[in-house]
Amino acid sequence: MNNPAPAASAPPPAPARRTIDIVNASLKRRYAREARFRFMGAAAVFLGLLFVAVLFGDIVAKGYTAFAQTYIQVPVYFDPATLDPDGNRDPETLANADYLGLVKASLRKQFPQVTGRPQQRELYALISAGAPQQIQAMVRQYPSVLGTTRDVWLIAGADVDMLVKGQIDRELPEADRRIKDSTLTLVDQLETDGRIERRFNTGFFTNGTSREPELAGIAGALAGTFYTLALTLLLSFPIGVGAALYLQEFAPKNRWTDLIEVNINNLAAVPSIVFGLLGLAVFINVFGVPRSTPLVGALVLALMTLPTIIIASRAALQSVPPSIREAALGIGASPLQTQFHHVLPLALPGIMTGAIIGMARALGESAPLLMIGMIAFIVDSPQGITDSATVLPVQIYLWADSPERGFVERTSAAILVLLGFMVVMNLAAVLLRRRFERRW
Amino acid sequence: MNKTLLVTAMTLAAAALSAQAAARDTITIVGSSTVFPFSTAVAENFGRGGKFKTPKVESTGTGGGMKLFCGGTGVDHPDITNASRAMKASEFDGCEKNGVKGITEVKIGYDGIVIAESKSGLDMTLTLKDIFTALAKDVPDASGKLVPNPNKTWKDVNPSLPDAKIEVLGPPPTSGTRDAFVELAMEGGCNAYPSIKDLKKTDEKKHKAICQGVREDGAFIEAGENDNLIVQKLVANPKALGVFGYSFLEQNADKIRGVKVGGVAPEYESISSGEYPISRSIYFYVKNAHVGTIPGIKEYVAEFTSDKAWGPDGYLADKGLIALPDAERKAEAQSAKALTPMEKPAK
Repeated sequence: MNNPAPAASAPPPAPARRTIDIVNASLKRRYAREARFRFMGAAAVFLGLLFVAVLFGDIVAKGYTAFAQTYIQVPVYFDPATLDPDGNRDPETLANADYLGLVKASLRKQFPQVTGRPQQRELYALISAGAPQQIQAMVRQYPSVLGTTRDVWLIAGADVDMLVKGQIDRELPEADRRIKDSTLTLVDQLETDGRIERRFNTGFFTNGTSREPELAGIAGALAGTFYTLALTLLLSFPIGVGAALYLQEFAPKNRWTDLIEVNINNLAAVPSIVFGLLGLAVFINVFGVPRSTPLVGALVLALMTLPTIIIASRAALQSVPPSIREAALGIGASPLQTQFHHVLPLALPGIMTGAIIGMARALGESAPLLMIGMIAFIVDSPQGITDSATVLPVQIYLWADSPERGFVERTSAAILVLLGFMVVMNLAAVLLRRRFERRW
Repeated sequence: MNKTLLVTAMTLAAAALSAQAAARDTITIVGSSTVFPFSTAVAENFGRGGKFKTPKVESTGTGGGMKLFCGGTGVDHPDITNASRAMKASEFDGCEKNGVKGITEVKIGYDGIVIAESKSGLDMTLTLKDIFTALAKDVPDASGKLVPNPNKTWKDVNPSLPDAKIEVLGPPPTSGTRDAFVELAMEGGCNAYPSIKDLKKTDEKKHKAICQGVREDGAFIEAGENDNLIVQKLVANPKALGVFGYSFLEQNADKIRGVKVGGVAPEYESISSGEYPISRSIYFYVKNAHVGTIPGIKEYVAEFTSDKAWGPDGYLADKGLIALPDAERKAEAQSAKALTPMEKPAK
């Protein structure tokens, strides 16, 4: 096509063009084209990495502070008159004593200059609403503290925590800050006395959720995620692998199996929320499976991951060479023995990879779970598959929508934990493939 | 191997189901996402008392909550539903039909809907009429004929407003906040046009369509249900306005400020007194039949209606709840305590 026909009006015959000339003429352009393509490819990868870096950078920058928690040291007098009026150390009395009053009294004693109700309310807000539980736990564990004064490190209130972490700007006019000048003075005084400390936030990993950002943790969501995913795997893996094995190795190849195959491929691309609607209509409304439980969550997620597992398993089975099957059959194995003793073990690395990727997708899924009531405020960690539970992505969704400022960092921190799990799972899939994959 | 696993899973599921049907010892609460922050705060404090388990609070939206609540009586159905509007007569009938008789209505306070802008924003003061004229799909022109909204800048809407592009971020139609905004702000502003106001008497449907139609040409941007996102966008774009609940304004007072509507700034006092025009009442509904069967319902209601929770100095006020006036609060607390069943709503 690059060979222009010699013009009819030019009588002197041009020397015949050799192929090499034609090639040389277009060579530069073709190299340039390749260079452009390479550049575009590299630029696309770079851009992609840049976006990932910005996203991660943003999440880490917002979230890393959530792994620290501010504590305030308060000398607490464990007043036996309030906590144990009868003096018999009765656990019942100790459990129901007025620990909040004790904390308030200790604060008033530490800052005797604070008088007047509104000012005292501000003073009490220095300490988290979870402080009474802290004191209560101390008394339960060491009853000997009764009657003594101890310096106790109490969890700071959310606003103080934000201030210490530098997320509230002290330079703003007082009316624009959530922390008033009087509280600033108190915090500064505590700071000069060395009574404010930032520590690793173990509560984030051991507490359930809470309305108070400083007390909120992901333990409940993690337990819910664990039950849901374990059950999802238990349901979808055997059924998925079985279905793949039957469809690939045993089922006759006819119009019906073609139809099934098309449907499975379609299902893999169905938006996940549709599975949630299906779960709501079938599992909850027809079969009466309890709402908001890992059980119904796992049923829905199992449906969602089944196509992924079936497709991956079929591909893995297909890549096992026919010679294996023929050899097994040739030495007298039954077709079922051939499959289970020879083909399946050889295909297992591929199947596992598919299953792990499917599980990673289920781990990050929230949309279908919203439909079946897992978007709920659940403080206590679930103890089994029929307890109400929520999962990590839904917890993130709920926190992201909370007005309290302290939840911003906690949302990001929870995302970091979720991403950590995802990376580990996807890495496991890659390693499995690397380690066990056989090339034929 | 597959079969064993499968059978195990099935047995597990069956066993779990039969265990569930037996009883329930946690209160189940469903309903509005607006009441969710308050309801959860009460649930948490209630659970901390240690006598009862912490109730499970599900955020389903007001309508979805009503549907679940009215589904019937028994452990499979929720005990309490939260609502950012009063129960409708049709919902009440639906409840009765499914055997849910004896519902206690508790009004818990007000929720203000604010129009906010960045601290470095335009410093606007709007009237309801301005809001309608800026955001309605169709507005009357000089001759009173309805035309697709031609206004591009705030100056077009009202010559005293700044010459800036109309850009309002707000919740999508699925949100209760959007419903309330449309009903209170848009409809209020639309009745400022006498020609449309008269229409209400003759053709109520058309009146509603005109008043509640929000423009779709990009001036009103549906920013999703996440109000924190709107706050961030306002900070990034000082010329934009955002629509969300009062508690988000309170928590972010260092970054954004409320736009005065009709000369009244959205503040605790002005919303509580009813002076600020865009505010609504929020409620929860208790299924009386479940009291005594599911442990703790009475105590939960008592916790919610105690002054340390819903009073003007209570912990819910810290979460952004605007308390009822003292006398009304007292009356509501009494009727809640007595579990006085509600009458059928008028509409």
